[in-house]
Amino acid sequence: MNEMQLLTWVRGPGLNLAVGIFVLGVLWRLFEIYSLGRKKDLSAPRALPGASGWRTIFRRTLPAEGMLKKAPVTYIAGAIFHIGLAIVVFLFAPHIKLIQSLFGISWPALPSQFIDLVTIVTLVAMLVLLADRIMNPVKRFLSTFEDWFTWTLTFLPVLTGWLAVRHLLLPYTTMLALHILCVELLLVFLPFTKLFHAFTVFGSRWFIGAINGHKGVAV
Amino acid sequence: MQGPLIESLARQGVSRRTFSKYCATLASMMALSPVAGQAMASALAAAPAATRRPSVIWLPFQECTGCTESITRSHSPTIEGMIFDMVSLDYQETLMAAAGFQAEEALHTAMKENQGKYLLIVDGSVPLALEGAYSCIAGRTNLELLKEASRGAAAIVAMGSCAAFGGLPHANPNPTGAVAVSDIIKDRPIVNVPGCPPIPVVMTGVLAHFITFGSLPELDALGRPKAFYGETIHDRCYRRPFYDQGKFAKTFDDEGARNGWCLFELGCKGPVTYNSCATTKWNAGTSWPVESGHGCLGCSEPDFWDAGGFYRALSVPAGPLQMVGAAAAVGVATGAAVSFLNRAKKRAAKAGHETTTLADLEK
Repeated sequence: MNEMQLLTWVRGPGLNLAVGIFVLGVLWRLFEIYSLGRKKDLSAPRALPGASGWRTIFRRTLPAEGMLKKAPVTYIAGAIFHIGLAIVVFLFAPHIKLIQSLFGISWPALPSQFIDLVTIVTLVAMLVLLADRIMNPVKRFLSTFEDWFTWTLTFLPVLTGWLAVRHLLLPYTTMLALHILCVELLLVFLPFTKLFHAFTVFGSRWFIGAINGHKGVAV
Repeated sequence: MQGPLIESLARQGVSRRTFSKYCATLASMMALSPVAGQAMASALAAAPAATRRPSVIWLPFQECTGCTESITRSHSPTIEGMIFDMVSLDYQETLMAAAGFQAEEALHTAMKENQGKYLLIVDGSVPLALEGAYSCIAGRTNLELLKEASRGAAAIVAMGSCAAFGGLPHANPNPTGAVAVSDIIKDRPIVNVPGCPPIPVVMTGVLAHFITFGSLPELDALGRPKAFYGETIHDRCYRRPFYDQGKFAKTFDDEGARNGWCLFELGCKGPVTYNSCATTKWNAGTSWPVESGHGCLGCSEPDFWDAGGFYRALSVPAGPLQMVGAAAAVGVATGAAVSFLNRAKKRAAKAGHETTTLADLEK
């Protein structure tokens, strides 16, 4: 298989397979999680549970009091890499083109040079987080295989995409094929690892906020 | 044509200065050292036309004659055409006057007289299905002819994408079982000059290199001369700044197209196509596909015909995502099944729950 055949495979059958597993996994997990249900709380709510849920969705985006000083790397690098990832994934012209071909919607792209800068910042932030995970004894102790694995799954698409655009290391065709392949691996594993937080984070925040609001805890 | 090449060129109105300039241009185009230009000039000029003109045999297999058409556009009267005249093209069905028995005779004489020294050019793919019956010349299959001709060849030039990679005949579902020259011949140096067709100056450049140095130019992983296939169309494209700015033509007649913006979204394969169209251009440097407003088809890449459609952007799926519907159904079904299991587990836990009484604690 030469690089052009690899590229055609990852753009065709490979993508088909990866998106298939992704959709299957996401629907399975969402169905499973939300069908678990919760025991009905018979007590009278002390505050508005729904409002508290929405408030928590927003509040937990910001660090809790004093936490920023205690874990600055986690918060700052974490925020930078999440925002960077969103910009790179959703505002790079070829990515928008893909979204448009799949869902028919599109929006203006940012200039490639700006995306390039954001990509570098994102990569650096992710490397800092990895270093912190390795150096910080508590984080290292708490880390499991899944943490290292999901970091790699997230890092590789960004790295290969950047290398492809910059024409580094390997010929563009090969690097582009590897980039798409890495994204496909991410799609395949996302529903079955902690990366599924992309789908559940706001839902679970709402639940926590609602439960706390019911109990009258201001969060 | 007797005497050194330079004399015959002079007779045809080509000055020594023009000739030197051509050699220097060719050398620099192929990224050879400046000295190579002189070496090329002296080797070509000194080549005594009658005695040392290298014999070239051009075998056409499953092809469309587009490659021959292209090489004849090597914009005469400039020097490319001249150089082509200066090799002894002993067999080329389309260009030769002889036909039938005489043509076959010329082929076999050339092979016999230049045993081990001739340059074999092949255009077209080689069909293997039905024992090669899909393409025969003088009652013999292409496979047979190729094997015979390659035995006495100093080197083989696979001219065009069909000979280099199988090309159009090799496209899915490949009814004739077409393969590339390099799939069959393993014991001879092969240079692939892909393109549908290849750029004339690229073809003559490779020939000039062979005549000058007696060897093939430096090749990439796909056997293509690095000098011409070293960079992508996209990297050398004059529309590249628009790609970087995110300015794309959305249709072939919108404002973006009129402004000459990037054709990426219209399916241009420039980013993954290694060729020198953007630098050498076509038709005596007049224009090239992207300049004329159409995206690159990627014709110098293997299997370009099956690379997901000419008008689909590289970033979009090459085929339909057929599994999504079934995957969604299976996903929901699995989720439902798991949720039933979970509920059963909950019920079992509830049923099996033993309450602890004060009496139990006092035991």
